[in-house]
Formats: sequence, structure tokens, C-alpha cells
Amino acid sequence: MAVEPQRAARQPGSHNGVNPLQAAVSSLVGSKVPPPPSQPAMGFFTDTSLCIGCKACEVACKQWNQLPAKDPVWTGSSYDNTGALGAITWRHVQFIEQIGDGYQGDRKGSSLPDTKFEDRVAEAKSSGTIPQVPPGTALPFFNTDRWLMRSDVCKHCANAPCQEACPTGAIIRTEFDTVYVQQDICNGCSYCVVACPFGVIARDEAGTHTARKCTLCYDRMKDGMVPACAKACPTDSIQYGEVDKLKAHARERLGILHERGVGEARLYGVDDDILEGGLNSFFLLLEEPEVYNLPENPPRPSNNVVPASFWSIVAALVLGMLGIVFFRE
Amino acid sequence: MGSNMAEAHPVAFPNVVEAKERGAKVIHIDPHFSRTSALANLYVPIRAGSDIVFLGAIIRHLLENNGYFHDYVVHYTNAATLVREDYRDTEDLDGLFSGYDPATESYADQSSWDYQRDADGRPVTDPTLQHPQCVFQIMRRHYARYTPEMVEQVCGVPREQWMQVAQTLIENSGRERTSALCYAVGWTQQSKGVQIIRAGAIMQLLLGNIGRPGGGVMALRGHASIQGSTDVPTLYELLSGYMPQPSALLPQQTLADYIATSGQKTGWWSNFPAYIRSLLKAWYGEAADEEEGNTSYRWLPKNIGDHSHLATSYEMLDGKVRGYFLFGQNPAAGSTHSTMQREALKQLDWMVVLDLYETESAAFWHRGPVPHTDAVDPSKIKTEVFLLPAAASTEKEGSFTNTQRLIQWRDKAVDPPGDARSDLWFVYHLGKRLKELYADSKEPRDRGLQALTWEYELEEPEPGSRILDEPDAQLVLKEINGYYVYPQDQTEMGTGKAHAYTLREAPHVPGFAVLKADGSTACGSWIYSGVYPEPGNNRAASRNGEGYTFLQWGYAWPANRRILYNRASADPQGRPWSERKKYIWWDEEQKKWTGFDIPDFPLNKPPDYMPPPGATGMDAISGSDPFIMKPDGKGWLFVPTGLKDGPLPTHYEAAESPVHNALYHQQSNPAAKYYRDRPDNRLAAVGDEHYPIVVTTYRLTEHHVSGQMTRWMPWLNALQPALFAELSPELAAERGIKHGGWMVISSPRGEIEARAMVTRRMRPLRIDGHVVHQIGLPFHWGYQGKIKGSITNDLTHMVLEPNVSIEEAKAFTCNVRPGRLP
Repeated sequence: MAVEPQRAARQPGSHNGVNPLQAAVSSLVGSKVPPPPSQPAMGFFTDTSLCIGCKACEVACKQWNQLPAKDPVWTGSSYDNTGALGAITWRHVQFIEQIGDGYQGDRKGSSLPDTKFEDRVAEAKSSGTIPQVPPGTALPFFNTDRWLMRSDVCKHCANAPCQEACPTGAIIRTEFDTVYVQQDICNGCSYCVVACPFGVIARDEAGTHTARKCTLCYDRMKDGMVPACAKACPTDSIQYGEVDKLKAHARERLGILHERGVGEARLYGVDDDILEGGLNSFFLLLEEPEVYNLPENPPRPSNNVVPASFWSIVAALVLGMLGIVFFRE
Repeated sequence: MGSNMAEAHPVAFPNVVEAKERGAKVIHIDPHFSRTSALANLYVPIRAGSDIVFLGAIIRHLLENNGYFHDYVVHYTNAATLVREDYRDTEDLDGLFSGYDPATESYADQSSWDYQRDADGRPVTDPTLQHPQCVFQIMRRHYARYTPEMVEQVCGVPREQWMQVAQTLIENSGRERTSALCYAVGWTQQSKGVQIIRAGAIMQLLLGNIGRPGGGVMALRGHASIQGSTDVPTLYELLSGYMPQPSALLPQQTLADYIATSGQKTGWWSNFPAYIRSLLKAWYGEAADEEEGNTSYRWLPKNIGDHSHLATSYEMLDGKVRGYFLFGQNPAAGSTHSTMQREALKQLDWMVVLDLYETESAAFWHRGPVPHTDAVDPSKIKTEVFLLPAAASTEKEGSFTNTQRLIQWRDKAVDPPGDARSDLWFVYHLGKRLKELYADSKEPRDRGLQALTWEYELEEPEPGSRILDEPDAQLVLKEINGYYVYPQDQTEMGTGKAHAYTLREAPHVPGFAVLKADGSTACGSWIYSGVYPEPGNNRAASRNGEGYTFLQWGYAWPANRRILYNRASADPQGRPWSERKKYIWWDEEQKKWTGFDIPDFPLNKPPDYMPPPGATGMDAISGSDPFIMKPDGKGWLFVPTGLKDGPLPTHYEAAESPVHNALYHQQSNPAAKYYRDRPDNRLAAVGDEHYPIVVTTYRLTEHHVSGQMTRWMPWLNALQPALFAELSPELAAERGIKHGGWMVISSPRGEIEARAMVTRRMRPLRIDGHVVHQIGLPFHWGYQGKIKGSITNDLTHMVLEPNVSIEEAKAFTCNVRPGRLP
């Protein structure tokens, strides 16, 4: 496992991620190995406005990474029988039905009608929502009934909580700036599982007993290949590439959708405000993040370091002061 | 419409998504809100089985409001042609056309549907479209009652929503714009399926959307290479290239009779003799020259009735069929009325199943449907079943021909495991053994088998493969493409004296234009001729995606044309209708047709060419008649000949419907095959309160047809583990069915159980003042595989469409209740 040198230098504690044998060898013989060429950060842009919910990404991921199938259990949760990301599920397509009169969601300012279907047209006509003779070309980009589909995946956070929580250094950043769990180092302590604000990483209870998640197909990337899910995606809803370029493209795409009247479209994880650095695997959503089970402000374990340290110091000071007070006599 | 493209064709649907990104409007009209609807600009829920009212109202709207593309319609369609005076419309006869014979339940006499003709036999026309017997005026009368109000009443679609569809189509058709229509088995699997497709075609002709870029009618086929199996057919009523199978019921005792009754004197089909002779030559070699082809023609089997898969099932049930080959077919779960299908299999002496796994059909003798899978007693079943392992698509070489007539070659990736072999291997070696068996026969009837050309050995075995006797798929393709039988300079060819090439050494023909009716050429399917024009140039294998029309990617029959009838992309004078939609046009300087595609027209025939009286063949087609496969060169709004259920699409209710036909007393298609004498084929009466709910079936992306390949794959099973029925919250509340619980669905043919998916994606419709509920059922489950479930086709019936004998699985009736089967 090679690690991008600059980032290794920048990130305290990340020397844990260097293969110890390699480190030992290089300390003995001196650094003869030339540093790998600088490699731009790579990631996913998942554009949910193009997703057709075919789940080809799920199957391609399972196949390439040889992950076992989940037990076949019908959940009744729309067409989603996968349920959640986990140790053996690294892509998961969500299905969210927002259809017709039943939907009473919290879409502020939404024009979605809540009356019975047969009265909708007449009402829409009288209110002027649909003109008397509707102009055909004025059709909206999506019809008013919505079936939201999103292929979820590891976010490969720029500041990854799982990595911050990992006590063994099993979780590292690769030369592609992705977050990777070294299976031979992970001891299965599961600190990362509770640290991940997205519920991505999980311990493989039935198999390896280690923490597992999407590798962004590290083995494929090393050979210059596109990750399996992005390769299989028929509509380019999953796009893979250099994070900077993908982010520029995502912003451009958002502009196009806004121009076409999809006002509720938004980006998630493109800007730095999420986890103070953004996500290397980010999304274009057609609803608020909560609708997709995404936290608006995910917490970082390291955010607790300063306050926790502060109070420790305060406590120590108070104890110290008390000690001075008590033992003076 | 009639298609769930995103789910059933997820590889093709990205093209729709791409078009939408470029500004196209996507409209989805379907009984259930699917993943296709989710991506559409407009979704319109419709009652299953009411399509012709929806389309008929658009046709009426176009005709009455000058919404049609006038110049296109007048010049390129038969709108101006006069129909015989004795023609009677469904408006005159309350749902029947003239010529109906109630005794045989068929249109025995279709002569009144014909054109009025002049002394030379040419159709009489009125270009002003005013004559009361012209097609245009007949259509106006025929569709007069297909109003927006009728759409609301019959389809359950609010008229405003219907109007939005009509308006969008009009605004996106004409000189500057075109609209495409996609349909799939949601249309075909109805007792009037062909007429629904006809209604779509009429709409597209009126809008000027045929033969032009961005237009057309896309038939999304049921699975890979179904198009191919129609072109080089596995169908009982077709020889290759859409030449009909000879029939004993027609005056077709000799080749000349057959050509006279099947070919045409005018238009492209005047080349029929060259195509049939070349086919006989490909199949029977030298023997095809005897009596100018007559001898070998007699060897072709003659139809004596409907020998389609479904009609044959009843013959099987009656004990008239002794043996059965199933290549990837799974009638015990995948064919309509599968309870009857399984009964029919019991009457066989033997059955051979070639498949990847032990399918429901292969296991019918020891296992039955869920929940009583052990209820079958093998000791009571006499059928001997041979299950042979088949090769998967990646384990064999060959071609796929898909929706857009594009032939694409597929390479073999790995050897099939164990004893598994390709279908080609199986058929070839079966043929060889049969020929050996009959080699010494003196019976005249065996001469055909003896004469059959059957040499497709590989020159040398495929390097690295352990299978040494796999036939040469490229050699089969060469025969399909066609070849010269004799050296070109030989004068005695066709006399039986000349030296003939073997298939391997013969020079390829460059295309069907050189095929001859004198026995000097052989061709396995004339429409594919040109796919393999010379050694080493298999154009189906070419993968160059450059250019506007991708002419170097695969090969689209015929002649690599990407759009059929593309002469219609230019106006009658040969100029593009608009710069924006420029495609094929007449180049005045070079005196020829040119453009971005292969012109579908004689290259040097000028636009102002007028046929002299009495002209035959292609000479009878004028320079401004694009539809060269038709004897009059016109797009047929009105079909004077060729259909078994009428010249114009007419609304009939499905064979099972909760409502009476609002337009005619004739309730359902009068020419459909009802099998009323079959006790197992009980139909619910109109408005039967025991079966008040409309049910439609469909596919999910995660499984393939009856699941015979996919339900063995744990990754896919986890994605869709169980059969479920989709129903609206209103219906669920009415029947006390809980989301996620079990429910029983019953029809007069049987009962099945499924999980209840209560969803707003299904919604009740208001039909003629009453609420009509619809439910949706996928059909991917059965009693084999790693996940099991009820067989949806145990509910469906055996009422067949009259033209193509297809079942009606997309609109029938049922009832639902909470709980499970006992």
C-alpha cells in the first residue's frame, strides 16, 4: 500500500498507515524508491437526476469485489430490498416515493397537490397552474409525481471520521486521496462504525470480522480502470474522475437543472462545509438531504478533541488548585 | 406507451435520457407508475386495454383541427385513395367491418376493403381529400366519436391531460421537428395488439414522423434477438426475410402459385422470385434447380392452420403432439395460462429442454406451483424429459439483432462448462444425425432431408477451445448473406451441368440487389444480404461509432439503412423538409439520391418520375412514393389487405373487462381466437362482480422473463426476492389488505399469492362515473430457482390476437383478498 507523501506528511498519525515492512526496509536501505508521480484526488459524482434505479451498480460492485449476497428478504420498502450500506453492500440504491395525493412531505412551498386525483386537473386549471389549453412544450423536467432514486456509496470524506476514529491506523488515505481500510491491519474494533456519520462502514460479522466498505475499486484504479459501479451505470448517473473536475461539472449540472426549473436540485458534499473539507464522493440531490437520510451537518470525532481537552485541562487545573488548597496546610 | 422501457430495456433507455437532456420531451402513458415514469416529463395513468381510444382521439384531433402534416399526408400516405363503395365501417355496422362471417368469427371476405381501381388496376385517388370514399374522409367518420370526452370516459384520463399529450406531439412534429413512438409488449400482448400498433403508426404518418430522423415507431422487443428470430425466423408462418410459409389452405401447390399469391407485381416485393429461389438454393443446393425450383418447393412444409406456440399447446393437451423441443423457452411458468401448459406437457411422449438450469418446464413432472410444490406425482406422468445443458451468451459466438434491426456480432469469451453446448452445436449435430439416419431411404418424402445442405464444419478447431466439433457460425452467416453458386464466367449455370462452388469456397454476394431467380445465387435471408459482403468483412462485427448515423457500427438490415423509408425525409421534389431535419435528398447535379444514410429508394430515380400505365415492379413506383415495400408506394393509413381484424383500428374492450364497450355493441375483438369450447379457459363476464379489478403484468429490471436464468443468482435474488402485487391504498383499504402482508389474487383460471405492495404508484381511475381499480403484477417467479413464488401466468387466459396469435397478459380481470393460499 503506497501513500501519497504530501498528505502523509500533513496528516499527523498517518505514518501508521505505511506498510511497516516497507517502512522498515526503506529506513534500512534509505529511500531509493522514487516517490510516485503526483496523483490528483479521484472520486464519484452521483447525479440522482439521471438515476433509473436499475441497481446495475449494486450488482457490478458485488461481482467485482466478490461480495456475498444478502439473504433474499422482501422489505416492502418500495423497490429497495437492499436496505442499507454495510460490510458486504458497498452500493445501495434508495427508492423514495413521493406520489400523488398521499404524499404530505415537508416540501416547503411545494406545488404538489394534496386533493383527490380526480379534482386535481380542474383545480389546477382554475388556479392557473395548468392553462386552459396547455402548451405542450411547457412540460416540466420531471412530472409532479416523484420516485426519487439514488445510488448511495462511501463518501470518501476529505476529513474522514472513520479514519480519525481508527486506533490501529488500518484506515488510510491512498494516493488517489480515497479512504481505504487495510484488511490485514484492521482488528475489528468497530470504532470507525460508530464514527461514520453516514452509516457506511460496518464490521463483517459473518465473514472477515473486520471493518469493510467501498474501496472506490482501488485495484481497478491502480490499473487506470473506472470503478465497477460507474462502468456499469447505463445513464452516467455515477460518474468517476478527478474530484476537482467532477466538482466543477457538478456545479455546471446544477446550473442547468435550475435553468430547467428543477429548483429543488442541490449539491451535497461539493462545498467544504460538510465535515470541514467536503466529500470526494458527492451527490446531486432532488430534495433536502434528510429525505435521502443524509445528515445536514455530520459531526467529526475530532470536533470533540478541543472541547474535551479543554474540559480535561480545566478539570486538571481545578484538581490541581484544590490540591494546592488542601495540601498547603 | 405500452412500454416500461427503463425497467425492461435499461440498456436502450439511456438514449431516451440523453434525448431528454438535449431538450426532448418524454411522455409515459401506462397503467402503473414505473421507473420509466419517474424520468418522464409527463406521466399519464391510463386504464389497461383502452389504448385505441386514447390514440384514436389524437387521430381525430389531428384530422379535425388541421393538426396533420398536410403535404406529407397528401403525397406519402393513402389518405387520398378511394375505397370501394361497398365498404362498410364499424360506425355503420356497430363495431364490425363489412365482410364479417359470424359462423367462423372471421373476416372471410375482405374484398370490400380494397381500393377503387382504374382500368390498369391502379388505385383511384382524390388529392383534394374531399371525396366521401377517400381514406381521409372515411377516417374522419370512423373516428368521429373518439372525442376527448370519450378518452375521459373510457381511459380514465382527464381530457386536459390527454390534450397536453396531443398538443406536445403536434408542437414537436412537422417540417422542423419529429417525435418518436416507443412501444413494447404492453401493446402487443392484447387481443387487439396489432391494431393498437396500427393506431400508433397512423398517428405517426399523420404527423409526418415516419422515414425521418428522430421519428419512427420503435418496437422494443421482449428480449435479445427476438428481432433476429423474426428475420431468420423461428416462426411457423414465415420463411426467412418475411416471405410467408407456404400454406396447404391457399392455392400454393407449385412455386409459381406461391409466388403469385405471396409476391406482388408492383413495388419492391416484385423481386420475390429472386429471393425465394435463392433461399431454396441455399437450403437444397443443386436439387433446388430441379423443375426450376418446384421440386424443392414441394419439400417445404405447408401450414394447415395456426401452428403458433400457444395454439400448439392446446393440440398438445389433446394428445396430438408427441415431442417438444424447448430452447430457452419456459412455458410452464412463462407462457400464458401456464396451468394448462403444464397439463399439456403431461401429454407428451418426450420433451427436450436446453437451458442453463432445470427450469419449471424441465421439472414439471416432479414439482408443482407454490405453495404445494410436492403435490405432483411423477408416477402418473408419462413424459420422458431430457434436460441438456446449454451454453450462455458469453460462451458462444453468433449475432444479435435488436429493436432497430441492427445486427451485432458477439464473440465467445470462454468455453461453456462440462457438456454444455451452444444451440447452434445442438441443431447442427441433430441435423447431421438425422441426415445419417435417412441417408439410405428410398422414400420420396425423405429426399428433402437428404438434399438439405448441411456442412458448417469449422475448417480447423478454435484455438484454445476443448470443443472440437463446434460448427462455424461465420459460415452460417455467409449462407445467410448469400453467395454466387457458380463461377461468374460460366455459361451453363442453372442447368445442373455447371461446376458449383461449395459454401466455403463460393464468392460472397455484395447484397440482395444481385440475387437472381435463375438458381445462380443462394441466400439464406435476403434482407440480411450485405452483412458479410466479402471474406474477412463481417460487417455485424464492425464497431466504429463515428459519424451522424453510425453507419460503421454493426449492420442494419436492409442494406445497412438506419431509417427505413427515408425517402420520406425529403419533400415530393426531393428537397429536405427543413435544414434542421435534413437526412436524404435528391442531388440534381449528380442526378442521384444522397444524404447521411443509405437511401431507401432507387438511387437514380428522379423525384418527378411518373410510371407509365401498366408498369410493373419498381417501375410502377413514382419518384415521390417513399413506401417502396407497398404495391402503391404509399404509407397505409387504411389497410386494404393483409390484416385479419379490419382495415382501421377500432376500440374493443379486452376479452375480460369490467366495463361494456362505450363505442359499439361489439364488446371485444370479433376476430380474436377465444377458445370458448375449452372448459379450462373460462373468462369473467363483462362487469363480473366476482372479478372487478383490472390487472396488468410487467417486468422488473432485476429479473428476466420467468426468472429461469435470474432466480438462480443470489445477487439478483437479494434485489427482488419475492413476487408482489402493486395496488393502490384505496383498494387496499377497501379489501383490508395490509402493506407488506400477503394477498391472494384470483381469476377464473386460478389463484396465486403475493406480497402486497400498497403504493400510490397505482391509482384508481374514474371510468364512466365508476371507480375502476387496477393492480400490477410482475411475472418472474416459479417453483424452481433459489427463490420461489407463485406463477403469475396461472391467472392469464388463452384468448389470442387474430394476426399473430399472442396472448392477452396486459389487460384482464381478477379479484384480490388478504391472506395466503391454503
